[in-house]
Amino acid sequence: MTHVSVAVPCRLQINGQGYAADLPPSVTLLDLLRERLGLIGTKKGCDHGQCGACTVLVDGKRVKSCLILAVSIPDAAVMTIEGISQNGRLHPMQQAFIDTDAFQCGYCTPGQIMSAIALLEEGHIHSRAEIREFMSGNLCRCGAYNGIIDAIERIVAQQRGNHAGEAA
Amino acid sequence: MRSFSYSRPSALDEACQGAESVRFLAGGTNLIDLMKSDVERPAHVVDIKSLPMRDITDRPDGGLRLGALVTNADTAAHPLVTGRYPLLASAILAGASPQIRNMATNGGNLNQRTRCHYFYDPAMACNKRSPGTGCAARGGRNRIMAVLGTSDACIATFPSDMCIALAALNATVNLHGPQGERTVSVRDYHRLPGDTPWRDNVLQPGEIVTAIDLPPAPFGPHHTYLKIRDRQSFAFAIVSVAVGLQMEDGRIRRGSIALGGVGTKPWCVPEAEALLNGQPPSHSLFRDVAERLLHGAVADRDNAAKIRLAPRVIERALWQAAVGTPQSQTDKAIR
Amino acid sequence: MNVISTHIGQPVSRIDGVAKVTGQAKYAAEPHPPGMLYGVVVNSPIARGRIETIHDAEARQIPGVIEIMTHLNRPHAALFEKSYMDGLGVPGAPYRPLHDGEIHFNGQPVAVVFAETFEAAREAAMLVRVDYERWPHNANFEVALHQKYMPSKTRSNYVPPKPRGDAAAAYALSAVKTEGRYHLAPEHHNPMEMHATTVIVEDDGTFTVWDKTQGPQAVQAYLASALSLSKDQVRVRNPYVGGAFGSGLRAVYNVFLATLAAKMLKRAVRVTLTRPQMFTHAFRPEAVMDIALGASRDGTLQSMIVKGVTDTSRFEHNMENIVIWGLINYRCPNATADYKVAPRDTYTSSDMRAPGAATGVNLLEMAIDEMAYACGMDPLAFRLHNYSDIDAMHDMPLTSKALRDAMAQGAQHFGWHDRSMIPGSMRDGRELVGWGMATGIWDAMFSPTSARARLGQDGRLHIATAASDIGTGTYTILAQTAAEAFGMPLDRIDIELGDSALPECPTEGGSWTAASAGAAVWLACHSLRTKLFAALARCKNAPSWARQDSVKLEGGALHGMNENAQDSLSLSDALSLTGQDVLEAEETAKPGLRGKISQMRKARFTHSAVFCEVRVDPELGTVRVTRLVNAVAAGRIMNPKTAASQIRGAMVMATGMALHEDSLMDERVGQFMNHNFAEYHIPAHADIPDMDVLFVNEHDDEVSPLGVKGVGEIGMCGTAAAIANAIFHATGRRERNLPITLGA
Repeated sequence: MTHVSVAVPCRLQINGQGYAADLPPSVTLLDLLRERLGLIGTKKGCDHGQCGACTVLVDGKRVKSCLILAVSIPDAAVMTIEGISQNGRLHPMQQAFIDTDAFQCGYCTPGQIMSAIALLEEGHIHSRAEIREFMSGNLCRCGAYNGIIDAIERIVAQQRGNHAGEAA
Repeated sequence: MRSFSYSRPSALDEACQGAESVRFLAGGTNLIDLMKSDVERPAHVVDIKSLPMRDITDRPDGGLRLGALVTNADTAAHPLVTGRYPLLASAILAGASPQIRNMATNGGNLNQRTRCHYFYDPAMACNKRSPGTGCAARGGRNRIMAVLGTSDACIATFPSDMCIALAALNATVNLHGPQGERTVSVRDYHRLPGDTPWRDNVLQPGEIVTAIDLPPAPFGPHHTYLKIRDRQSFAFAIVSVAVGLQMEDGRIRRGSIALGGVGTKPWCVPEAEALLNGQPPSHSLFRDVAERLLHGAVADRDNAAKIRLAPRVIERALWQAAVGTPQSQTDKAIR
Repeated sequence: MNVISTHIGQPVSRIDGVAKVTGQAKYAAEPHPPGMLYGVVVNSPIARGRIETIHDAEARQIPGVIEIMTHLNRPHAALFEKSYMDGLGVPGAPYRPLHDGEIHFNGQPVAVVFAETFEAAREAAMLVRVDYERWPHNANFEVALHQKYMPSKTRSNYVPPKPRGDAAAAYALSAVKTEGRYHLAPEHHNPMEMHATTVIVEDDGTFTVWDKTQGPQAVQAYLASALSLSKDQVRVRNPYVGGAFGSGLRAVYNVFLATLAAKMLKRAVRVTLTRPQMFTHAFRPEAVMDIALGASRDGTLQSMIVKGVTDTSRFEHNMENIVIWGLINYRCPNATADYKVAPRDTYTSSDMRAPGAATGVNLLEMAIDEMAYACGMDPLAFRLHNYSDIDAMHDMPLTSKALRDAMAQGAQHFGWHDRSMIPGSMRDGRELVGWGMATGIWDAMFSPTSARARLGQDGRLHIATAASDIGTGTYTILAQTAAEAFGMPLDRIDIELGDSALPECPTEGGSWTAASAGAAVWLACHSLRTKLFAALARCKNAPSWARQDSVKLEGGALHGMNENAQDSLSLSDALSLTGQDVLEAEETAKPGLRGKISQMRKARFTHSAVFCEVRVDPELGTVRVTRLVNAVAAGRIMNPKTAASQIRGAMVMATGMALHEDSLMDERVGQFMNHNFAEYHIPAHADIPDMDVLFVNEHDDEVSPLGVKGVGEIGMCGTAAAIANAIFHATGRRERNLPITLGA
C-alpha cells in the first residue's frame, strides 16, 4: 500500500542564504542539497549514517545529512563545504588538508573537513587519541587517516599560537 | 522510503493519537535508516522535535531527569551528568559517532531497534519485522546475535550502549499516552522476544517517552562502561558491561551490572548483582557473578564466542569498577 | 632516461587538492543534465532460478515514475556473451544484465525504476514484486572446494607456477617442517563513492557517460559492444573517481543499465547503487592456501609446497596469482605450487587492491613466520638467510631488488633489534606487546600508453591521456613529469584525464599507471619541445639566439645560453613567432622503448619490508595495532608525499584485512549479509596508529623509462601478515584465518 505524501513547507538558511520551498517530506537534507540545490560538495557514501561523507553543520553542530528530513529542521542554519571558504579563500582546515595530504580520492573529504571544523568547536582535541576517537564517525577508504589527524593538529596548534599571541 | 504524511505538533496530546501506522520522529538516526531500508513503513510521521522534554533537571531525591528530546551528545556533555553519572556519559560516548550523537535523542535511544542483518533485509524471514515469517537469523550468519533472552522466534540483539548504563543505573522511563502518564523501570521497559518479537518494548500505540529519571548513583569512581567491539570505534558492541559499585571499607555494599551486545534486551540478573552485596572484590566472586549473569546463554551457528568472551569482560569491568579506574572511551587500552 | 629532478621526486601537494577540499570535484553521480531521470535498481533475493512474473503495476502508480525496465521490455542489446567481454580477460560467459529471466546470482538486477525524482524512484523500487522459480544453488565455499578445477582457458594475466626440484621428497627429508591451511575471508572494495553512472544524451544522439570506472576506454568499448553502438556514439568520462581499489576495473551493471535506459527513453538518466548494492558485484575472492614448508636445522628452506584455491562464479573463471609469490621471492631448491578455482552461485569474484598478492603474499608470509620460529630463528634473519637475488621461480635476473635495504632500514627505524624472540615475553601493563614483520612483493608493470602535450597561446602546457586518477595522485605526478620534461612551472600545466576521447591509456590498476602514463607524458613533452625548437629554428623573425641549438626551455620560458644568457622569450611569444595557435605532440610509450625495458629478459617487482607492533589483551582477545613501519623499494618515487599516502592507505586496508573485513555469506540464500558500513567494518580513525613509510633508494633504469615501479598495491602485501605475526609474537598463538576477529 502506498500512502499520500503531501508537500510540506521547508525553510532553511543554507550557507547564509535563505531557501524556501514545499517538499515531499521524504526528501532528506542530503538529497535536497545534492539533487535540488546542486550543492554536490556534500557526499553520499552510504545514505544510512554509517560513513560520515554527508556531514554538514546544522546550527553549528555536525550531523549526518542523510538521516535528516529536510522539512524537519525549520529555519535551521545549514553549513556545507561550499559555505566555509570566504571570498574564494580556503578555510584554514581546507588548506591544512591539502598540505598534509589528508585525502586521496577526495570523496570523504568534505565530510571529514566539516567534521574536523566542528571537532575544534567541541574541543575534543587534547591528544591524537582523542582526535581519532572523535573523528571516527568519518570513514576514509583510501586510508588518509594519518594526514587528517595531522591537518587537525596543525590547526589546533595554529589556534593555540593565535591565542598565545592574543594573550601576549 | 515509502511516502508518508508528516506533521509537527507542538503539544504532547496532539502528538499521541495512537495509530499503529504512525511513527514518532525525533533524531531520526534509526527511523530514517529503517524507512530507507523499507523496514519501517509508516503512513504518518509525527515529528516530535517541537515538543518540550528538552531539559535536564535536578530531582528532589538528588537524581536527575533527562528529557526525552535531549540529544545523546548534550546529555553526555551536561555537567550534571558528567558530575553525577559519569557511567552514563561514558556509555553514550562509547556509542555511534559524534554526528549521530548530535542527532539521536534519549527517548530515541530507548526505542532503537536491532541491527540484525535479517531484520534489516525485507527479503528475509523475520518475525520482528514481519510477524509470522520465521527467523532467518537462526542458522544464518549470526555472529552479532544475542545469546541471552532469545526465543525460537527471535535472536536479535538489542544494540544500545546508553540503555545498558541506564539499566545499571536503575533508571525509570516516563511515558505519556492516550491513557495518561505512567512510569516503567528501564529494566522492564524492553521485552523479551518470546512469541511476539515484533514488540521490542512495552510502549502502547500513541504512547511516548517523555523523560528518563535517574535515581542517585552513589558509586563515586567505582563504575565503568567496558565495550568490546570489532573495531575500536563506531561499531556496535559484541559484549558490553555497565557496572556501578557502592564501595564501603573495601567491600561492595551494593552492586549494579547490566550487559549489552549479548541479550535481546539490556541484560540484568538481580541474583547475580545480589552476590556482590557485602563482599570484598575477588576473582572468585566476580567469576561467580559472571557465571550467574551468563546462566542460560545459548549460542546459535556463529555466536558461541560471545559466551566465551562475556564472562571475561564482566570480570574485567567489575575490577575496573572495584578499583575505581573506569574505562576511558578515548584511550583504547583496556586497563 | 637521465632525469635531473626539479619536479619529479618532489613532495608536491596534489594539484587537484583545491577541487577536492572545496567539494567542487565532480564525480560520476554529480552532473545534472536537464530532464534527468533517476534510476533505482531492484535486485534478486535468490541465487539461482528464473523470474516467473514481475508485478510492477503498483510501482508504476507512484507519481513521477516514467518507466520500469526489465528483461521483458528493454531495448535491444547484444545477444551473445562474447559481446559483454571486458578488458579484464576473465574467461567464461560474462553476465548480461537484463538479458533474460534467468537468475545467476543473488543481487542480480531484475528491474530498474526510472522516475523524475530520486524519492519516487526509490519508493517505486520498493513496490516492484517479483515471483521466482527457485533452483538449487551452492554458495558455500567449503562445498565449492570439492568442485575445484583449473579452467581450460586461463585468465590472460595468470602466471602458472613453475615447479623446481622435488618438493615432496625434499619435504619428507626436511629436518624442520611446518604445514597448515590458511584462509582469507571474502572482502568488498567499498570505495566511499558508490558506483554510479550519469548518461547525457547529446543533441546528436550520442551518449556522454559519466561513470565511476578505472578505465573510461574499457567502458566505452564494453558499452559499444554490448549495446551494439559504434564507439563514436559513446564517450565515457571519469575525471574524478571516489576510490575504486579494483571495483571499477570491470564495467559494473549500473553503467550498462543507465546507458541502455538512456537509449530506451532518449533522456538523460542516472543510476546510483546503494551501499548494500555495492555487495552485489565485485569482491576479493575467499581463499584457502595449504602451505607446507621444509627447512634444514640451520634455517635453510629446502621445500615449499603451496596449494591455493579461490572462489569464482558458476559462469566465469576468475583467477588470481596467489601461489607463486613464495616461489619467486625465496631461494628454495625445491618448490611446487598448485592453483584451482572453486565455483559458487554468486557474482564473479574480482580484483581488489593487489589481487593475488594481497592474499598469497600475506598468507605465505604468515607461514614463513611459523617456519622461522620452528627453526628458532628471528623472522627477519630467517628471511635474509633465504633471500633470493633473482626471480627464483623463473630463474631470471631482476631489474632491481633493494629488499635487503628495505629490511635493514625498516628494522632500524622500527627498533626491531630490541625485540625479544620469545612469544608473550613483552608486556605493557595488562597488554601483551607483539612485534611482527613480513616482506611484500608486487609486480612492477608497464602497459603501452599514449599522451598528448599541447602548448597554447596562453603559454600553458596542456597534457591529456585517458588515465584515471582514483585517488592515486595521477594528476599530480603527471604534472610533475610534464614540468620536468618540458621545463615548465607546475602552475602553468593543465592535466586532463578521465575521458575516453583522450589518447589511449590502459585501465588504471596494478600500479602501472605512474610508470606507463608517466613515460608517455615524458615522451610527449620532449617531442613537443623538439617541435617547438624546430619551429623556431625555421622561423625567420625569431631572435637569432632562439634559432640555435643553444636555447633552453626553463621555468616556462626560452632562454639563451652562454653569451645570450640574458635573452629570453616567453612561450606565448615564441608560439606567436612560429605563426601557430597551438603546437602539439602525441607519443606512445611502449615496452622495449629504446631498449630500456627488458620485459623479456628480466623480471620486475616492487618489494617491501613491513614491521608492526600490536597490543593484545590476553584475556579479552582485543588487538590494537599501535605501530606500523613500511620500508618500500619501488624504484623512483615520483612524489614522496602522494606515494607515502598510497602506501599508508594500503596499510589501512591491510589492517582491515588482518582484523576487520569479512563479508559474511549466508549460503542458504547466496547473499553477503553484512552489506553495509555498520557491519562490514573498514578501519576507522581510532583503529589506525601513526604509520611510518620509508622509501629506500632503488635506482632502476630498466624497469620502466622513468625508473618508476608504482606504489598502489605494495602496501597491501605483507602488512596483514606483519600484523598476524605480531599477534603471534604477543600471544604465542597462531591464527591462520584472516581476519583475526574477537573470539578467534
